[in-house]
This record gives sequence, C-alpha cells and structure tokens, in this order.
Amino acid sequence: MSIVAGFDVGSLTTKAVILKNKKIVGAAMIRSGPKPVESAAKVMEKLLDETGIHQADIIKAVGTGYGREKITFIDKAVSEISCHGKGAQWLIPSARTIIDIGGQDCKVIRLDKQGKLVKFITNDKCASGTGRFLDVMAKVMNIDVSELGKLSVKSTEPITFASMCTVWAQADVIKHINSRKSVEDICAGINTAMANRVAMLTNAIKIENDICMTGGVAKNAGVVKALGKLLGCRIKQIKKADPQLIGAIGAALFAQEMALKKVSSEAA
Amino acid sequence: MITAGCDIGSRTAKAVIFENNKIIESIVIPAKLDPAESAETVMKLVLEQADLRIDKIGKIVGTGYGQQEISFAHKLESEIVCHAKGAWWSIPSTRMIVDIGGQDSKAIKIDKNGKVIRYTYNDKCASGTGRFLEIMADALQVALEDMGEMGKTFNEKLIISNQCVIFAETEVVSLINENKDVADILNALHHSLGSRVASQARSLIIEQDVVMTGGVAKNIGVFEALSTGIGTPVKALENIDPQINGALGAAIIASEI
Repeated sequence: MSIVAGFDVGSLTTKAVILKNKKIVGAAMIRSGPKPVESAAKVMEKLLDETGIHQADIIKAVGTGYGREKITFIDKAVSEISCHGKGAQWLIPSARTIIDIGGQDCKVIRLDKQGKLVKFITNDKCASGTGRFLDVMAKVMNIDVSELGKLSVKSTEPITFASMCTVWAQADVIKHINSRKSVEDICAGINTAMANRVAMLTNAIKIENDICMTGGVAKNAGVVKALGKLLGCRIKQIKKADPQLIGAIGAALFAQEMALKKVSSEAA
Repeated sequence: MITAGCDIGSRTAKAVIFENNKIIESIVIPAKLDPAESAETVMKLVLEQADLRIDKIGKIVGTGYGQQEISFAHKLESEIVCHAKGAWWSIPSTRMIVDIGGQDSKAIKIDKNGKVIRYTYNDKCASGTGRFLEIMADALQVALEDMGEMGKTFNEKLIISNQCVIFAETEVVSLINENKDVADILNALHHSLGSRVASQARSLIIEQDVVMTGGVAKNIGVFEALSTGIGTPVKALENIDPQINGALGAAIIASEI
C-alpha cells in the first residue's frame, strides 16, 4: 500500500491531495493565510480529518507553490511549472501545452510526449491575465468570482474593454454599471479582456495541441471559451479532477515516484 | 490679442488666459463625468477670474483627452505639442519634458525651438501615472496633496518590489499591517513611481534640461525620485503650477495662430 501526498501553497489558496495506489483518495483546499507554513499545516489537518488517514501513513510528500520552501513536513519541494505539467499530463496524456492561471500569476508550459519541459513563460508582474483581475472585477460587480463564467455565457451583447490594465478595466466596469449595461454583458467583457491578456502571453511561445487549462480560472467557462477562440483551438477540459488541484496532484505524483524509487532500492 | 488654452484631462480640467506673452489667469478644476461640461465650466470660471467675456478672447486652443468635446475651441492640438510648448516657453533651455498626468505619463524630447523630436507615451498601464498615487493615498488614508511632504521624513528604507498598481497596493497593505511607518512607505512609493517613469524617459536618451510637468510634479518625493532615476537634476516650472502646463502651451499656440 503506497500513500503519498502533494501540497500546493499558492498566493490565495492552499491545496492538498492524497494518492493511494495511484488513485486520488482525498483532496482539500483552504484560503491561504499570511504564513505559508501555517496554511500547509491547516490543509494537512483538514485532509487527514476528511480521509481518516494518519500522517504517519504518508510515506512521501512533495510541496509546490510559492510557499513550498516553508513547508516543514515535505520530503522535497518541486517547482509549480513541473507539478502543473506533471498533473495535467497524468489526467490528459495528450496535453502538450498547459495554461495555468493562478490567483496572482499565469504560466504557459510546453511539454513533449514524455512530459519533459520544452519551454515555459510566466507573468507575475502584471495583475491583468491572472486570477486577481477577475477577483477585482467580481468585487466591483458585487458578485462572487465563481459566477463570472455562468453569467457571461448568457450575454447577448458582450462589452469590449479598451484596456487590459486591471486598474483601467475596473474604472470601465464601474462606468458600464452606471450606464446600466446588463451584468451578463459586462461579465462577458471581463472574461474576454482576461482571455486577451492570457492569449498575449500564450502566443509569445509556440503552442502545440492538445491545450489544457489548470488553476482556478479554468472553472470559468467564459474565459475558457474566449481563450479557445483567440488561440484558434479547442481547449481540452480536465474533468477527472478539480483544475485548481492540478499543482497538488502533480506534487503527489512526484511523491509517488520517490516512494517507488525507495521501494525498489530497498528491494535491491 | 488675448488667447486661451483649455486642457480637458481625465481627472482635471485646466484653462489659461494669455496676453502679451504673459499668463493673465489660470485655473484647475476636477473633471466632470462629461468632458463637454468640464470644458464649459473651466472656461466659465477662468473668464470670471479674469473678469472677461468670451468674445474678448481672440483664439482658443483645446487639448487633452476630452479635446473633441470643447465646443468653443478654434483649434485642437495634441497634448504632446502643448506640453512641449508650455515647458519651452517657461524654460527655454528645456530639451526634455517628463509629464505625469492623472492617467498617463509622457516623455517628450524637443529641439532648441521647442519643436517635438520624439516622445513616449504610456496610458496602457496605470503604474507610472497619477492613478498609482491616488490608489496608494486611499490605501494609506492620506490626502493626495500631502503625500510628498509626508514622505520627506523617513527612517527606514523600504522597497516596493511590484510595479503593477494592484500588486503594489497589496504590498502596501502588508507593510501597514507590519506597522511600518507611513512616511517610510510613502518614500518607497515615490521611488517606485519616479524610477518607473525615469526608465520610460531614459528610453529616449536623456538630454538636459529636463523639466517635470503635470499634477504629480507637485509631489516633491516623486520629483526627487525622478531626478535620481534619470541621473540628472530635474527642473520645475518657476512660479507656474505644473498642472496647467498643457493649457499654457495651448494658449501660447493660440497666440501664434
């Protein structure tokens, strides 16, 4: 019996996944606190609670995300790029390009057939094109960020935003609310503006099919659709797991590799 | 001939009355939602100050992002040309103008006759514009016009590492939570804005004299940080509100029609 765990301490959320005999048997997600070490401990506690697994049964654990170096109970820290690539290709083996939109960054990762990293590009300098952009807009609209996708699908006359900058777009949203534009049309405009910025980053490296999206924003159908249109391709959706957990899943897969190596070296 | 310049910006509207190569009156008002209304109001108020009727004004030149809505303008001119003209008229040795407005920033190179040679313009990203300071003033709960002075007395060198306004705001909130001194945070913010616009200016290759204009030039912290960033002392307009420089340029251009 091999039980391993993966932890992804992100800027906004902290995720954890437990794999048992190469199957996901438990997952947990919490909002990140100011201290990554505490967020990691909290998510671990939640995960153990929910699965009834004891921490001592976890033979290997790998951490990722911006707070990975601070996690005390992991055997190894692995970069987010590697973990997202690993996790996405495990669920969609044909994936060659992975677009991960996190709470405060965006990464585009190119992998070869064997899962080896070919190239990647990342934006963590500008809030536009990251989850933060959607958070800011949802707040102005007084809706939950999870509603942006659902609402935008019902839009009949999507609004075009002149600017990609989060600050300017926020002012535009307020203007459109005041001029009584429909919530659905404003949401559609927000999602397209978001997709535009991500497409700009994506087009900076040569993309290859299949393309899949990870991270919380992958749950926003409006962004996924708009991005697919802009890139001229269909984006494959991860259905077997929450796209927001992919980093943690990738980390757990690395932990599993470590566990297998340990077993084989002991056997030898 | 009496002339007028009217600069309808995104945040403020400015007007200048000009006669015999002198500024007679000038005014700065907060912009209204409708640029046409801003134009009407700012012109009405400056005329009242000068005790003049509009039919006494020979020519009026309009500029700024809302220039198309100025119904009484005889001519429209770009902000770049107006800022160049205004600064060159005030300080003839000017070869470069750095203007930070409410929602944009520009660096303009001019020749000895005040003619524009090259310029860069940013209105795509809020970082590097007056909006950066407005958002930070809100986060710190200080008045925009007090920021410059308040940032002067600093003790600890802090660094704002993010250029993006949204991310920098988060950094400021963290610094507040860490009980950092407001003056120290302000100092870091002024440096951040000053160095961001300095690198925009440096892309044109710096030539002296460099003059800073626009509302943000009133912030001594940003003013000094800009000097540091471009590596040469920046000049300020003498006895002229840097915020009216565009309207002044427009009024001068009107006198040349």
